[in-house]
Amino acid sequence: MSTDTILRLDAVTRVHGRDTTTVQALDGVSLEVRAGELVAVMGPSGSGKSTLLNLAGGLDAPTSGQVVIEGQDLGTLSKDALARLRRRRVGFVFQDFNLIPSLTAVENVALPLELDGQRVGKARRRALDALRTVGVDELADRYPDKMSGGQQQRVAIARALVGDRRLVLADEPTGALDSHTGEGVLRVLRERCDAGAAGLLVTHEARHAAWADRVVFLRDGVVVDSTGTPERAEALLEQTS
Amino acid sequence: MSVRQGLLALLATEPMYGARLRAEFEARTSGTWPLNVGQVYQTLTRLERDGLVEAVGADGEGRISYRLTEAGRAEVARWWLSPVDRETTPRDELVIKLALAVTVDGVDVARVVQTQRTATLRHLQDLTRLKQRATASHESQDHGDVDLAWLLVLENLIFAGEAEVRWLDHVEARLHREATRPHRRARGIPDDTPGSAPAEGSVGTTLEEAQQ
Repeated sequence: MSTDTILRLDAVTRVHGRDTTTVQALDGVSLEVRAGELVAVMGPSGSGKSTLLNLAGGLDAPTSGQVVIEGQDLGTLSKDALARLRRRRVGFVFQDFNLIPSLTAVENVALPLELDGQRVGKARRRALDALRTVGVDELADRYPDKMSGGQQQRVAIARALVGDRRLVLADEPTGALDSHTGEGVLRVLRERCDAGAAGLLVTHEARHAAWADRVVFLRDGVVVDSTGTPERAEALLEQTS
Repeated sequence: MSVRQGLLALLATEPMYGARLRAEFEARTSGTWPLNVGQVYQTLTRLERDGLVEAVGADGEGRISYRLTEAGRAEVARWWLSPVDRETTPRDELVIKLALAVTVDGVDVARVVQTQRTATLRHLQDLTRLKQRATASHESQDHGDVDLAWLLVLENLIFAGEAEVRWLDHVEARLHREATRPHRRARGIPDDTPGSAPAEGSVGTTLEEAQQ
């Protein structure tokens, strides 16, 4: 495994339910996202996209297989250690932004750092840095209801990647936005990945998936195809030969 | 679209000779639909014959420029304000391929769909990268209208690619529904396999049986 791999799923299977009423949500999915890479997952509803994202973020555990974030196998971590890793290493971006309405933009972004025990002043400084990277630092003291959808989503991306967090998991992040604003959000996500973050983007829109370096197609819990880059295919051939 | 209308529209800005017309056409559409110079001169000859353009004499290097006549100006004005004719359906290999795939035995239609979807997504990725670059260039410097024209062309290709993927998704979903719904025999030919014949008067009675 190369050192810049941020997220690795290795033969991950997730079965919901038990005994006779089981549903296989994911079946042997392997996937790698490196620093600087944005990977899109496309598939119809029920194909396992959300399960994949929940497993990648440690919100759910696989029935079999491994989920590894920055070298740490989530399956070997205690509940507390897993919660800590999620706080420090993983950021989520959702369709409906999920900002806390009673906190300003900068307070929202600083929150994960404060929850992790950082001092308020330092957390605020790092949150302002994060807001600057997504181009909304002038909105730092504004509350979510005084921001447009596109601005809220930029704040959510800043929160996802604040501090040392390098993995952003985005679930239909443009779903609630008009096409122009949605594109602006993808551009920010793309820029953050170009600057070294690793992104996993779930979407059913081809136009949005096309911003990714690689598009993975999921059907009935199985990866059926992907638009791997030619260099990557060559590297794969070298490994197996 | 016809080369004819494009050349007339360009000549409305100023008189031009053939090679320059070709260069202008390609610059404004970013070479997406290349023209050969023979095609341009042939079109100019026809336009002159139809009284829409006239030669304005040769320059120092012997290149003949053309300008619009009154009739030519009227034709350009008419073109801008008329909708583009969509009546002649262009032959689309993908549509034909899938129409055949669902009717020919032994074709793995799902695979045909996925192969195309992956290829179209790859194409969309390329177009999106080009668009990113064009947008950055448009925002940073002033190449003005040429950048804007290129962006519009790119976005059109992106929308077309997206539409194709959406259609492929739709085809896949429809095939899935077809595969899971109760099988209906074509033209009401009764199924005489033992055990599967519908009971008399049941909902499964075919039209033919009902008529008897």
